Amino acid sequence: MLAQLLFFLLATVAVAAALGMLISRNPVSSALWLVLNLFCIAGLYLTLNAQFIAVIQVLVYAGAIMVLFLFVIMLLNLAALPRLEKVDWKRAAGFVLGVVILAQLVFVVAMGLGALPEPVAMEQAAEAGTATEIATELFTRYALTFEVIGVLLLVATIGAVMLAQRKFV
Amino acid sequence: MEITLNWYLTLSAVLFTIGVLGVLFRSNVIVILMSVELMLNAVNLTLIALAQSMGDTAGQILVFFVMSVAAAEAAIGLAIVIAIFRNKLTVDINKINLFKY
Repeated sequence: MLAQLLFFLLATVAVAAALGMLISRNPVSSALWLVLNLFCIAGLYLTLNAQFIAVIQVLVYAGAIMVLFLFVIMLLNLAALPRLEKVDWKRAAGFVLGVVILAQLVFVVAMGLGALPEPVAMEQAAEAGTATEIATELFTRYALTFEVIGVLLLVATIGAVMLAQRKFV
Repeated sequence: MEITLNWYLTLSAVLFTIGVLGVLFRSNVIVILMSVELMLNAVNLTLIALAQSMGDTAGQILVFFVMSVAAAEAAIGLAIVIAIFRNKLTVDINKINLFKY
């Protein structure tokens, strides 16, 4: 019973925060709504027994990436956008496209019901989410990928510094 | 009523659609980048739900890598936004139309 309650609470807040990000006119409040959404998703990871990923989600997404977004918004000193002008055909087409994508995704989920294998036992699933288990896989089977990710982050850092410096463009 | 895998997958579909709508509706480049982050998170939720259902660690490691790539993407994307803002003094995608014609 507690699990259901927790899921519905977190899911409702997550969807509400995502909608708040979508409709708020001020970029700073958009970013803060997204932070709330990311915290809710971290809570959902905890209900799925993925403790390590939940902690990483809070540290990396809510802690690092969103702070970067907020820094840039405040650096650029953006004003809030004016209220939504009249609905033009582009927005209407975008809304129709969004509804089509949602229908498609829900259709796929509904059709895939029988195709999925039976869920494993709770104990085995909880075992798979611990930091020990993930580290064992990460540093043995996926060691090369891990190092490539390190190089990628180095390249991204150098690229960001180059792009943002004054003389580049 | 038990919370099964489908609830998580449906929630993930809803969050992904909100991200798509954010990309289509908003004209602020930074909010569009945030919507892309939301879509990445929706897919991560799908991966974690399926990994938990199968008792498999590989899905969680894939989520770990997706987060690293998302961090790199956010850094580069925001640097490009700063470079564009320096030249054009706007982050409105309707005004950034250098390649349009």
